[in-house]
Amino acid sequence: MGNNGNIIELKHITKVYEDGFAAVSDFNLEVKRGEFVTFLGPSGCGKTTTLRMIAGFDLPTEGDILLNGKDISQLPPNMRPINTVFQRYALFPHMNIFENIAFGLKQKKMPKDEIRRKVRKVLELVDLEGFEHRSVSTLSGGQQQRVAIARALVNEPEILLLDEPLGALDLKMRKEMQLELKAMHDELGITFIYVTHDQEEALTMSDKIVVMSEGKIQQIGTPEDIYNEPANAFVADFIGESNIFNGIMTGPMKARFAGGEFVCVDDVPEGTQITAVVRPEDIVLTGPERGQIRGRVISVIFKGIHYEITVESGRYEVVIQSTKSAKVGDQVGMEVEPDGIHIMIAEDHTNVFNVDMNRNHRLEFNGTELNTSLTQLIRGSHRNENHELLDENGEVIDPEKVRVTAAIEPQDIRMTDDTDDENVLIEGTISNLIYKGDHYSYVINTELGQDFIVDDEYLWNMGDLVGLIIPIDKMRFTLKK
Amino acid sequence: MKFSRKTLGIPYAVFLVLFVAAPLLVLFYYAFTNGQGQFTVQNLTDFFTDPNTLGTLFYSLLIAAATTALCLLLAYPAAYILATSRLKAKSVIIMIFVMPMWINFSLRITALKEILTVIEGNLAFYPFLNSVIGMTYDFLPFMILPIYNTIVRLDGSLIEAAKDLGANDRQAFFRVTLPLSVPGIVSGVSMVFLPAMTNYVVLDMLYNNTYIMGSLIGSYFSAYNWHGGSMIALVLLGIICLFTLLTGGMETEDARTGGALL
Repeated sequence: MGNNGNIIELKHITKVYEDGFAAVSDFNLEVKRGEFVTFLGPSGCGKTTTLRMIAGFDLPTEGDILLNGKDISQLPPNMRPINTVFQRYALFPHMNIFENIAFGLKQKKMPKDEIRRKVRKVLELVDLEGFEHRSVSTLSGGQQQRVAIARALVNEPEILLLDEPLGALDLKMRKEMQLELKAMHDELGITFIYVTHDQEEALTMSDKIVVMSEGKIQQIGTPEDIYNEPANAFVADFIGESNIFNGIMTGPMKARFAGGEFVCVDDVPEGTQITAVVRPEDIVLTGPERGQIRGRVISVIFKGIHYEITVESGRYEVVIQSTKSAKVGDQVGMEVEPDGIHIMIAEDHTNVFNVDMNRNHRLEFNGTELNTSLTQLIRGSHRNENHELLDENGEVIDPEKVRVTAAIEPQDIRMTDDTDDENVLIEGTISNLIYKGDHYSYVINTELGQDFIVDDEYLWNMGDLVGLIIPIDKMRFTLKK
Repeated sequence: MKFSRKTLGIPYAVFLVLFVAAPLLVLFYYAFTNGQGQFTVQNLTDFFTDPNTLGTLFYSLLIAAATTALCLLLAYPAAYILATSRLKAKSVIIMIFVMPMWINFSLRITALKEILTVIEGNLAFYPFLNSVIGMTYDFLPFMILPIYNTIVRLDGSLIEAAKDLGANDRQAFFRVTLPLSVPGIVSGVSMVFLPAMTNYVVLDMLYNNTYIMGSLIGSYFSAYNWHGGSMIALVLLGIICLFTLLTGGMETEDARTGGALL
């Protein structure tokens, strides 16, 4: 085979549904033979869609899936040497356990005694010896899950796909099955591709984690990488608890954020806008006279192995995990070691969107005329007595040929729940929010398909329908050629 | 005033006594008595010795079986296509199948009669065929709906699982979809087969001179032979009970999948 040990490669996989929704865009991944890879992300991030494309239930709109170097992206599921463990098990209710597990082998026309031998062996593997003649409905959720795993494994697939297989089990059972699955993986040496939204599950089991959001890969790495060196604010927020602050580099390996000055280990040029991630367990509570930042304890929650302490420091709220308790109202100092700070170069959050020129020769966005001077924007232009816009040669400008973009900063946009407000330029729903220490950063999906990033100090809910008030005097217009 | 479970149940109890228990008792009484009010099993022996009644029973079974088979043959593909397609106008198409049920029964059959007359020339030429066509037309929705409901509720991941395990579309259908739609088929069959044995109004309206069990009972009662008529009704009741018992094994399965019926 000689393709650097990769059993499966996904190249520029994109899935766009008929309604234009892009579930997965430009997904690239290489999986080594025998690896345990986990797709991790919130619901709707495209992880299950990607798995379904590997299984063959969905076909990618673009891109190739190479299995041992051969393109299988258009093959039906029954032609792929890949088996799936489904989210709700999908055991056949009209068959007993033996018939369920033997389904794939019978399909291959295997001799009967060989089928019987293989089924017995795989039942042993999942600890269900003697369950052959039980019916599906007499089994507990955990047992059904084992049967589902056995039914897939008995076909000796090259890759086993698991779609949130432990989602329906209770916590204790889930923990047990996590370890068992991991042991099974190590024993069989089959490549596992696992889908979950549970970050702890992903960190426990995987060799490699693919963090996804809104159809795109956010980060690929080992569990340690993902946890310690998150690639962006989304990954930091999604994996584990984090304090996320906006800040700036003030010197070599020196950063200012959360109202304090910190020494860090990341070498980022001075003056760079940054996002700093500090894990709650990396913050040490000290006396009020010490530490880089100070504040007042506003809540203490006992969590079993540690206390979760929230401290108000200026405009910021800092979450700390500590084995030592604190009293609400205490003045405390907080200290963070350099290697407890993860610095990321801040993504540019400026919203850029296209505006049109309408027949009246005015700029327009989403049906609203923007009261701004076009004669200043288009050099040498002027208006005639009919208010038409003429270019420097005195020709009437064709609105179709003018392309203008507008830029607005997240903090300049205001949200309102009164979408009928006349100042509302466009409405949309909140699809994502991240707490940034002293404000929330929201992603608003609008009906135009354009996403807006809005900063707001108040907490709104995911899925809220909001109107965006975008002040025209804060917009920066650029003429595009 | 407070309503207890018991007080709320009174209207239903009254209904059951008046319209179910009492008529059944009357039926039993007439079936096992003669004109003088004496107990007799004569009516029963008459039924099984009279070639006329036995012939009618056989003919009715034949019509019912043919009707059911034809309904199933038409309904299953229709229900399957409707349930598995991603048509946006799905509910409209289902409504089109069901809509004849909302049109007056006699109007429907009269229309059918006119059409058949145009095609066949004289309705009397094909009494058996016309009976089956009329009944199929009348009962088709009762076959489509339960089958549609069973298939539409099938967990799509089961079919995906079958394909995942190496089955192609055809194999997945015969090994998973079809066996799992049996409850809907049983529901549909029992809703078509039994009425088809007795619904003689369809035949009457199609100027059909053939007799089925319903017409036989009707003729006994119009000749004031209440005892013989009751016995025939009772025998039919027995057949229905037997049929229900035979398909009873499916009933629990049906209830588990949420009831295939409507």
